[in-house]
Amino acid sequence: MSLTREQLASIAALARLDITAAEAPVYQASLSSILDFIGALDAVDTASVKPMAHPLPGLSQRLRPDEVTETDHHEQYQQNAPQVASGLYLVPKVIE
Amino acid sequence: MSSFHTLSLTELAQGLRARRFSSVEVTGSFLERIERHQGTLNAFISITREAALAQAAAADRALAQGTGGVLTGVPIAHKDIFCTEGVRTTCGSRMLDNFVSPYDATVVSRLKAAGAVTLGKTNMDEFAMGSSNETSFYGPVKNPWNTALVPGGSSGGSAAAVAARLAPAATATDTGGSIRQPAALCGVTGVKPTYGRVSRYGMIAFASSLDQGGIICASAADAALVLREMAGFDPKDSTSVDAPVPDYVGELGRPLKGLKIGLLKEFFEKGLDRAVEQRIREALAIYEELGAQLTEVSLPHLPLSVPVYYVVAPAECSSNLARFDGVRFGHRCENPRDLQDLYRRSRGEGFGPEVKRRIMTGTYVLSAGYYDAYYLKAQRVRALINEDFIRAFKSVDVLIGPTTPTPAFELGAKTSDPITMYLNDIYTIGANLAGLPGASIPCGFVGELPVGLQVVGPHFSEARVLQVADAFQRQTDWHTRVPKAFA
Repeated sequence: MSLTREQLASIAALARLDITAAEAPVYQASLSSILDFIGALDAVDTASVKPMAHPLPGLSQRLRPDEVTETDHHEQYQQNAPQVASGLYLVPKVIE
Repeated sequence: MSSFHTLSLTELAQGLRARRFSSVEVTGSFLERIERHQGTLNAFISITREAALAQAAAADRALAQGTGGVLTGVPIAHKDIFCTEGVRTTCGSRMLDNFVSPYDATVVSRLKAAGAVTLGKTNMDEFAMGSSNETSFYGPVKNPWNTALVPGGSSGGSAAAVAARLAPAATATDTGGSIRQPAALCGVTGVKPTYGRVSRYGMIAFASSLDQGGIICASAADAALVLREMAGFDPKDSTSVDAPVPDYVGELGRPLKGLKIGLLKEFFEKGLDRAVEQRIREALAIYEELGAQLTEVSLPHLPLSVPVYYVVAPAECSSNLARFDGVRFGHRCENPRDLQDLYRRSRGEGFGPEVKRRIMTGTYVLSAGYYDAYYLKAQRVRALINEDFIRAFKSVDVLIGPTTPTPAFELGAKTSDPITMYLNDIYTIGANLAGLPGASIPCGFVGELPVGLQVVGPHFSEARVLQVADAFQRQTDWHTRVPKAFA
């Protein structure tokens, strides 16, 4: 199948990715060929197959007791932040 | 002594414990090799000289006091996907170019606890998405056997570093073949454990149902020694499996008489280079001499593993990489107009083309109206592939075949067509989809280029896989070969 420019733009918007006009045709072509490639799965009869959600049979995600195990590291973590003030992460104004 | 790189990791560990040489000497010698060859190979993103020498000095003190562990003073490298406290951790991406990890991954802290010294962080495909190391923001790694060729990926830096003996071992990760494929292309031993065997805590996530940490070394015996320290339950990783870790080193050396080896019919069909096939057949003959029996088995759904992977892995990647939003850490664009602009430009600038391609593929297959057709369908076919493996392991102990269809290829040869690149992993992806342990070991050369033999076993059979790999290495010397420029 072949993706249209509009479809590519909508995927990029959903993925929050800025795609330049020069990049768009390249992604349009490569995503279309990937979708053709994965289309091979259509030919398999899977009507009675349960989808596999975990690579180890019979196992699922483990839960832990709801207890505080972490200590406060916000100052250390915020050293990696692009912009902070008074211990808060700054972003452009959201509400006028 | 300046020939530490000619000793195996096991010999280095023993020599350090016997205090025949010091960790400062050994570490200094490997650092010097890394720095000397960095311009040629580009195997490292960060070289942590000062910290390494300080750790080495501390290791020497521990050894003098007799309080050393198994790996005390042994220098190793970490793939730059593992978080290292106080050290830049980039995952090969511009997005994390300025990220200094505030904590250690469990793999890193376990190896530290065993006494290992960290030499630096190895280069890799961006966010582990690639099979040639060409998607790294820091430029491609070169194959030590021929620097015009790729080392494989995504753990290309780790494989090249071990192949050129810049480190006796390097950690690595495998989502679709990222340990085994570069190990094959660089002529070294790479081990991908069972899903859940090694903690993923602090290992930057790509595809969470497939990612697994492991190790690249010169030999299976060395890998057994390191893996024994890395593996085991970690409450910080909800997918970590709470099961005892066998003594991988102690299990080595058992005779292979009566071992049932399955040859995957699908691995020897079209696409396999004839000369590579020849090396694999020669290796199988050695296993027969050791008393193993060969049987052909068929996994009819295995040819679908690449299309299944290119639905499941991008889907999980699009979700995992949503955390990179330019707000709390990582790259942020200049002068964002509003929050949406901040997200879109920070991600557009911070991610490279292959990562963006996979995020968009994943976003599409998970989007409204397509989830059943693509994602759920792929998870159903994945179940069929898994059932194929389970059926095969009822009649054989391990599966053996090629790791890759061809030896290393030229830089740039496959970058224009993603599908061609994806097919490099045609023999390795199956083990990830089913969560199985696997290894690649060197089994000869085609011309000047190494060929990898792949061994895959049932869940939690790392001890068996290592035994089978080690038995071959006791009969052959391919794993001791080093490219001339690095001998």
